[in-house]
Amino acid sequence: MFETGPARGWKSRISRGALTVATVVLAVLWAIPLLWLIVAAFRPAGDPMGPGDVWFAFPLTLENFAKALELAPFERYFVNTLVIIAMVLGVQLVTITLAAFALANYEFRGKRFLFFFILLQLMIPTAVLLAPNFSTIRQLGLFDTRLAVAIPFFGSAFGTFLMRQSFISVPSDLVDAGVIDGCNWWQLLWHVYLPPSVVTLVAFGLASVSFHWNAFLWPLIITNSDSARPLTAGLVRFTQLGEIGARWSLLAAATLLVAAPILIVFLIFQRRFIQSFVHSGIK
Amino acid sequence: MGTKTSTRRQARFLPYILLAPTLIFVAAFTAWPTLLAAYQSFFRQRLNIIKFKEPTYVGLGNYTDLLTDERFLRVLKNTAIYVAVTVPVSIFLALFFALLVNRKLRAIGLPRLAFFYPAMIPLVSAATVWLFFFTPDYGLFNTALRWVGYDGPQNWTGNPSMALLSVMIVVIWKNAGFYMIFYLAGLQGLPVDVFEAAAIDGASGWQSMWKIAFPLLRRTTLFITTIAFIGAFRDIDHIFVLTNGGPSQASSVLLFYLWHVRFENSDVGQAAAITMILVAVLLVFTLTNFIISERTSKDV
Repeated sequence: MFETGPARGWKSRISRGALTVATVVLAVLWAIPLLWLIVAAFRPAGDPMGPGDVWFAFPLTLENFAKALELAPFERYFVNTLVIIAMVLGVQLVTITLAAFALANYEFRGKRFLFFFILLQLMIPTAVLLAPNFSTIRQLGLFDTRLAVAIPFFGSAFGTFLMRQSFISVPSDLVDAGVIDGCNWWQLLWHVYLPPSVVTLVAFGLASVSFHWNAFLWPLIITNSDSARPLTAGLVRFTQLGEIGARWSLLAAATLLVAAPILIVFLIFQRRFIQSFVHSGIK
Repeated sequence: MGTKTSTRRQARFLPYILLAPTLIFVAAFTAWPTLLAAYQSFFRQRLNIIKFKEPTYVGLGNYTDLLTDERFLRVLKNTAIYVAVTVPVSIFLALFFALLVNRKLRAIGLPRLAFFYPAMIPLVSAATVWLFFFTPDYGLFNTALRWVGYDGPQNWTGNPSMALLSVMIVVIWKNAGFYMIFYLAGLQGLPVDVFEAAAIDGASGWQSMWKIAFPLLRRTTLFITTIAFIGAFRDIDHIFVLTNGGPSQASSVLLFYLWHVRFENSDVGQAAAITMILVAVLLVFTLTNFIISERTSKDV
C-alpha cells in the first residue's frame, strides 16, 4: 500500500528503496530464530557452541535428534498430540454443526439466552479456569489421560458462532425448497446447509488444529506421565532434565521435533491456513 | 424472514436436543468452574497444610489478603505493563508489516512467510529458542551487543529489571505476524485509488499509514485488539521456559501467578480469588468491546 503506482521522481524512488530495505532487514531479523534453530540442531553434539558461534559446524549430523529421542519418548508425545487433536476436532465438528443448525434453522424459547450462554466461552477462555477445571477432571477420574486434555474443548463457542454465521447466509429459498421436497432435519442439514459451509468447517478445523498443537498449560497440569503428555508439555519436561544442561544442540533438536510437523503442514497448505485464519476472524 | 421461515419452526424439542452436547460441555467447563471458583474464593483451603485442608469460610478474606500482598500487587503491575506494551506494539508492527508486504514485488512471499511463521510454532518451542538468545555469555543478544562495542554479560532472563522485557519480546515477535494477516486482508479490501490520491497530494508513506490506512481499518483493529487482549491474559506458556515467573515474581503475570498459587502453594481459596479477578477483567473488557463494536458498526 506504500506503493503508489509508477515512480514519480527521485523522492518516491528513494522512499520505495528504503521500504524494501526495511522489509528485508525486518524479515531477516524475524527469521533468525528459525534459522538458528535449524543450524544448531544439525551441529555435531560434541562441538560445544562458543561465544558468537552462530553458524553451521560441519559435518552436519542427526545425532542430536537420536539423542533427544533416546532421552525422552518424543514419538509417544507425538502420538498423544495427534490423538488429542483428533479427539477434539472429531467431537467439535459434530457439536458445532448440530448447535449451529439449531440456532440458524429454528425458532424456540430461550434461543437468545442459550446462544449467549454458549458465547460465554469466548469471553472466558478455558485456560483461565484451569484451577476449578482441574478439580472437575479429578472428580471425573480422568486425571492424566488424553481425554482429560481434550474434553474441555469438546464444545466450541467459536466454532458454533462461525457455523451459525455460515448457515444463516444460506438462502432461505433453498431451505424452503428442501422442506417442500420433504427433507427431514438431517437431510436438510446434510444436503442444504452443509455443502456451502464446508469452507467454514475447514477454516475452523485448521484453526483448531493449530491451537491444540500449540496448547501447553492445560496439558501440563492435567497430565502426569508420558502416557498422556503431548509434545509441548514433553518439550518443557525435556528442558528440565538434568542431562540437558546448556547443550543447545540437543535442545534445538528437541525443539525442532516439536515445531517442525506443524510448520511443515503449514508450509504445504500455507494459503489455506492463512485464508482460514482470516476467514474465521473477519466473519 | 417472516412467513418464509414459518416452515422451519415445526420441531419442538429437536433444537434443544441438537444444542445439548454443546450446552453440556460449556456448562461443565465454562459456567460450572466459574461458579465453583466464585464459591471457593470465599473459603480458606490449603491442601499442603493439614490445619487448612478442609475449607473454612473467610468471607472476602482471600481478596483482601491478595490486595494487601506486595507480591500480588507486583503481579498486577506486571500484568498491566505486559498487556499495555505487548498489545499495542504487536498491533503497530502488524500494520507496519502488512503495509510493507502488501506490495507487488518479486519474492514478497518470503518476507510474508518470515513475519508469519512464528504464529505457527508452539509458544513453548519459540521460548526455548529465545532462551538461547538471552543467555548471558554467548547468547545472540549479547554477541550483537559486543559487536557494537558494548561489553559485559547481561543476564536477560535472570535480571529483575529485564525479565519481564524478555518475556514481552518473545510474544511480540510471535504475534505481530499473526495479526498482520488480518490487516493484509483488510488492506486488500480497500480501494487503491485512496492511496494514489494521497500520494499525488504529497502524503508520505508514514502519513498514508496513520491518516488513511489506520482509520479505514478501524474494524480490523478492533477485532485484533480483542483477540490480542484475551491472548495476552491467556498465553503465558513462554514464561515457564524463560523465567519461571522469576526472579521473585518479576516476570509473573496473573495467569502464571494463578498457576503458581494453585499448583505450587496448593492454595485453593486464593487461586479461586485470582480466577475471579481474571474472569472479571476479561468480562469487563469483552463486554465493553462488544458495545463499542455495536456502535462502530452503526456508524459505518
